[in-house]
Amino acid sequence: MTVSQLAKHPSFTPAYLASEDHTLTGVYCCDLLSVAMGRAPADSAWVTVMGNLNAIAVAVLCDVPLLVIAENMGIDEDARKKAQEEGISLFQTELSVFDAALIIHKALSA
Amino acid sequence: MHFQVSSEDFTRAGEASSAVKKALKKLGLPPDIIRRVAIAMYEGEINMVIHAKSGEIDVVITPDYIDMTLRDNGPGIQDVELAMQAGYSTAPEEVRNLGFGAGMGLPNMKKNSDEMTIDTELGVGTTVKMKVYINTPS
Ligand SMILES: Nc1ncnc2c1ncn2[C@@H]1O[C@H](COP(=O)(O)OP(=O)(O)O)[C@@H](O)[C@H]1O
Ligand SMILES: [Mg+2]
Repeated sequence: MTVSQLAKHPSFTPAYLASEDHTLTGVYCCDLLSVAMGRAPADSAWVTVMGNLNAIAVAVLCDVPLLVIAENMGIDEDARKKAQEEGISLFQTELSVFDAALIIHKALSA
Repeated sequence: MHFQVSSEDFTRAGEASSAVKKALKKLGLPPDIIRRVAIAMYEGEINMVIHAKSGEIDVVITPDYIDMTLRDNGPGIQDVELAMQAGYSTAPEEVRNLGFGAGMGLPNMKKNSDEMTIDTELGVGTTVKMKVYINTPS
């Protein structure tokens, strides 16, 4: 499953699409950036409520191509900008972290 | 490579580690080595910004290892052994709200480097040195 294929899912609203052909190999959930930094697997979709610049920085460091911001949480303007600079895709959803991750998990295993 | 880190940079923290990450990628180093260096350095960078307000980072890349030296003139660390424990943190509330301050930084740095030393003096500052071997000596 690629980032752009997942972007078509009705539950997600892409705020920014980069590296559309990037293949996702897993899904990861965490809101504490220091924890995520050590553990978010490369090439995974990371679901979090942290729509800030530092979350983008952690995604870059961990080779995470897609950040999914759950619970309709906002995405800071500077975070959007950074995502574009660094080529990180950003989705928004009103789903909870768990429900969003479950959808991604099912989509990946389909 | 040399970097200045300052407190207004809290939101910009990560630029030094990103720059090093890109340089290592260009050199074609193994992804797991790059990831370990990036994580260790980013945590160090964040600590400087949160706890010491500012500092300097020097990174030396050799064919055998990557050496990172992070030097600040902050308050120093009173009890290094305590600070190294996972979960120990003196970070203020607003830092926690940003997703940091989980007390995982120093343990992450230790875990992702092959050698780490902390030199610190109260009221003077802290120097953290980390080394990541490219070809792990076996
Ligand atoms: N450069 C530093 N200068 C002063 N104190 C520091 C520094 N780095 C770490 N510390 C102290 O060590 C504690 C633990 O650090 P760390 O494991 O990175 O957790 P956190 O940064 O989340 O608080 C910090 O809360 C702080 O009290
Ligand atoms: Mg820290």
